[in-house]
Amino acid sequence: MSLVTVTAGFLPLLDSVLLVLAREKGFAEAEGLDLHLVKETSWANIRDRAALGHFDVAQMLAPMPLASSLGLTPLATPMITPMILGLGNNGITVSAALWQAMRGEGAPDDLAAGPVGAALKRVVDTSPRRLRFGVVHQTSSHNYELRYWMAASGVLPDRDIEIVVLPPPLLPDALGSGGIDGYCVGEPWNSVGVAFKGAHIATVKASIWRASPDKVLGMRADWAEANMEIVAALMRAIHRAALWCADAANHPEIAAIMSAPHYLGQPAEIVARALDGRFDVGAGVIRTVPDHFIPYASAANFPWKSHALWYYSQMVRWGEVAHMPANAATATACFRPDIYRQVLGPLGVPAPIADFKVEGALSTPAAIPASPGQLTLLPDGFFDGRTFDPERLDSYIDSQRLLT
Amino acid sequence: MQQPELSILIIDENRIRASIIEDGLREAGHTKVQVIHSVNEVARTIAATTPDVIVIDLENPQRDTLEHFFSLSKVVQRPIAMFVDRSDRTMIEKAVEAGVSAYVVDGLKKERVKPIMDMAISRFNAFARLTRELEEARSELEDRKIIEKAKGILMKTRGLSEEEAYKLLRSTAMNQNRRMVDIAQSLITAADLLGP
Repeated sequence: MSLVTVTAGFLPLLDSVLLVLAREKGFAEAEGLDLHLVKETSWANIRDRAALGHFDVAQMLAPMPLASSLGLTPLATPMITPMILGLGNNGITVSAALWQAMRGEGAPDDLAAGPVGAALKRVVDTSPRRLRFGVVHQTSSHNYELRYWMAASGVLPDRDIEIVVLPPPLLPDALGSGGIDGYCVGEPWNSVGVAFKGAHIATVKASIWRASPDKVLGMRADWAEANMEIVAALMRAIHRAALWCADAANHPEIAAIMSAPHYLGQPAEIVARALDGRFDVGAGVIRTVPDHFIPYASAANFPWKSHALWYYSQMVRWGEVAHMPANAATATACFRPDIYRQVLGPLGVPAPIADFKVEGALSTPAAIPASPGQLTLLPDGFFDGRTFDPERLDSYIDSQRLLT
Repeated sequence: MQQPELSILIIDENRIRASIIEDGLREAGHTKVQVIHSVNEVARTIAATTPDVIVIDLENPQRDTLEHFFSLSKVVQRPIAMFVDRSDRTMIEKAVEAGVSAYVVDGLKKERVKPIMDMAISRFNAFARLTRELEEARSELEDRKIIEKAKGILMKTRGLSEEEAYKLLRSTAMNQNRRMVDIAQSLITAADLLGP
């Protein structure tokens, strides 16, 4: 049987791992696919080449399908995601000098977003110059998380600091040369900053917004429609990759695969630490974050429409899109739990019955209504204790307007 | 009415390719052409030259930086879009395939940008072809060196003439349905392993 070629674009980040394993461990081939992976240099290229059809699918930032469908980006094309490539994985890393200042203002080195943010606020208030932070793309989870963390800590991003955009692999160098004071990026680029540029990991996505999606399997809506069998085969392969990745016994092998030059090109030890959620946050201090990167547990691959809607609320908050019912509907429609259930249900993969959930409702692991079988979700929600109820989108957006 | 001349900025880390594009634009009669090799210089350059068209290579990892800069910039007075017209999909596809992208200020007529893009696309393609040919020539030369070395080994160990050694390599390659250079390489490896 000849294999069907599927071309996927990715960036050198830990959460390209499910695509990589789908290829390297034969899960894609077992589904009749020759999964061709193309490493890209920028999110802009991922976006454009996915829009033009050079890539059938791509590892995308969770807000990217929304931005493209809402017409915020060049070559605006309706995009969807039927599957999330993992929860978490980002961190916020600061330069040695900034960390020292934050330390002086009482920042703990346990990665807790609240107290670390409060210390940053005090540093920003007395800083003689505007601090500069890097994110990886404008419509990125990183941009919105960094801004959320700062705003909730009393720092107004557009007034008090400066945000610049750089691709992930360039961030540690930019920090090392003093071009930026901090950055928000996925692993391994936080740990690379610590290992080679004397940086310090200040906090992590898992502390800012627990169990939240970061990268997704993105594709053009019309391509998905026309190639549903290929989409389904690829989703099954990624599902098996996620199961395999979730087994800690496989982490050393995964670290070896991912450290290769054509994937991450970084030491296997750093990759292994990111997989295990065990960080050298700086100066040899080791911290464990069990839910740092979740490839499978807690319905990690399920595209909650409420997650799409939260990202939409942040696009509105920072002035990228006007809030109106049609736009909210477009954003919500980009996440496709219906395809997830249709494809993975027959494999016995439990999916939530609901498409939406309230972010911040769970403070302990809890069973939720699912089919087929049982499903337990990990605690979710934001570090500042505010909840996001997708049914009360308007009042959420209004309440945030006061904080910007 | 004579239209004001377009100001064009080229951003390309590859200096040779950048100068090939620059030459093309000058040959086409453009005089307001600026070339930079790093996005880091872009703020200063844009303030100084207020470009109407910005041509950037797609390998450049800093396209995100550039786009974010446009979205914030107070220097760029008119909003900038990628390409001039989203509907001109054929040109966009050709450009991306060639590895080039362009940003154009709002309100610029498609007819004015098209010749610039056509030129950039054809020169990017020509440059890629040239690089590929150079690479092929280099590997051909490498192949020939390997075959020469294998011939030498056969001549020495089997007492063959140069022509006989060549024929032996060729017939072995044909019989095994492999490339001659692969047979030659195997022979060299084997000879290395067996020692002097």
